[in-house]
Amino acid sequence: MRSLRLLSGAVLITWLVLPLIPLAIWSFARGWRFPDLLPRDWTLAAWSYALSGTSGVLASLGLTLGIAAAATAASIVIGVPAGRALGLYRFRGKTLVQLMILAPAIVPGIASVLGLHGLFLALGLTNTVTGVILVHLIPTLPYMILVMAGVFANFDTRIEDQARSLGASPVQVFRYVTLPAILPGIIVGGLFAFLISWSQYILTLVIGGGRVTTLPLLLFTFATSGRNDVTGAIGMIYILPGILILALTARRITGRSGAIAGVGRA
Amino acid sequence: MSDRWKILLLLAPAMLIIGVLFFGALATGLVRSFNYMPVLGLTEPSLEAYAAVFSSPAFGRSLLLSLHIALTSTLLSALIALWAAVLLRQSFPGRRIATFLFQLNLTVPHIVGAIGILYLFSQSGAFARLAHATSLIARPAEFPALVFDPYAIGIILQYVWKEVPFIGLILLANMQAIGDDYESAARSMGASRWQAFRHVLLPMLMPGLLSASILVFAFAFGAYEIPAILGASFPQALPVLAYKSFTDVDLAARPEAMAMAMVIAGISAVMILAYLRLTRRGAR
Repeated sequence: MRSLRLLSGAVLITWLVLPLIPLAIWSFARGWRFPDLLPRDWTLAAWSYALSGTSGVLASLGLTLGIAAAATAASIVIGVPAGRALGLYRFRGKTLVQLMILAPAIVPGIASVLGLHGLFLALGLTNTVTGVILVHLIPTLPYMILVMAGVFANFDTRIEDQARSLGASPVQVFRYVTLPAILPGIIVGGLFAFLISWSQYILTLVIGGGRVTTLPLLLFTFATSGRNDVTGAIGMIYILPGILILALTARRITGRSGAIAGVGRA
Repeated sequence: MSDRWKILLLLAPAMLIIGVLFFGALATGLVRSFNYMPVLGLTEPSLEAYAAVFSSPAFGRSLLLSLHIALTSTLLSALIALWAAVLLRQSFPGRRIATFLFQLNLTVPHIVGAIGILYLFSQSGAFARLAHATSLIARPAEFPALVFDPYAIGIILQYVWKEVPFIGLILLANMQAIGDDYESAARSMGASRWQAFRHVLLPMLMPGLLSASILVFAFAFGAYEIPAILGASFPQALPVLAYKSFTDVDLAARPEAMAMAMVIAGISAVMILAYLRLTRRGAR
């Protein structure tokens, strides 16, 4: 029984890392031909190309970071108040509101983005970074709201009343009482909103019209043009923020199914 | 300020964004799927696009393929996740590594997983090379087609790789919340390990397992980049076919793309209703 468990664990671990291994090897390979099990020559050429100015990878990395940061910031600013309303109050039509917030998180991007392209075309938002940031709110905002609704459901508003009765202004109440209490939730929700935006492909492709080349679009181009070595290097760069974020939040996501649901959709 | 106004003000920005970007987009898609696009000179609403889509053999094959991808991926992921969660709850050397990899895998974008599966299972990929090294095959073409194949095996492998950790972590969180007491009670009254799992733990995990499975189904049904990288050129998954019609040089194909987007939206609406029913029941 124990050895069976050990074997199962080994199979599981192997399968979980397996798809990442050829990507990592390719990034250091010089012409890795069939049927060689490992490359005959190793090189840093793909990495130096990816990190050089000519490949456009660094510019794309900066663009992807900027778009994800902007979408995350907007999700926090819009999502925290909405989360407060859903977490603290019962009101008529609440179920409908929850349904309207849940829907964009479940409905696949392709279903809404083709219609949105028409709307954005009229507004001059297609092929622009602003348009891409806005379309990323479709998957990131619902997630942020749901996380904050959970945070506010456990928030005791009496400490705000106490601060007010002691003479604090609304701004002071928020700055010194509310914000410190909800900050851990904002950080976790924000990091996951960041990862969701970071992973978007079809929303960026349709609204950006191929002109806003974030890392996944660049990765797709290199992967389908057969540049396996550069694809490997970009792939490694692309998964790095997720690993960093995991290192920051690993202890938090184990016990929170809500948080996991968000990243899983990323 | 009354609570009513407060709630309204707190919700307004979010509802405005979701209302315009998501529901406005769906409404625009719906209108255009009825061949109503004044920009292109289409001013007579009709069901032509739907008629064209539903009578085209390519659409039928694509719809079936996408349903097959979603259903098979979800069933396999749910079963393997159940097995993995039960395994990860017990102690064995390497358990911490496996749990860490579960979480790590969750942060890896699907497109990276798809390329990884491509490099593993293509006819000149890692497994084909292993088969050559062990003299099972002489040429790449002798290796079975596991990617770009009509059964979408590569696509399903990618979803299983990504979604087992997703469902598995939700199950682990549920198991943590349920605790060991119920199973221990069952065991102390003479239930076998299997009976305690089958009749005590599994029914308690079911709502979480089903709602996670619905999310996986909706995603696997509607995702674009995974079938675009790993799929065959015929039949194509429905999202790939819809995008192809959308970018067709013939603008008349646009309403058909919108009609396909509406079919995808309709199927996910059914998924949302199922999800709501399940999570409601789970909450009670």
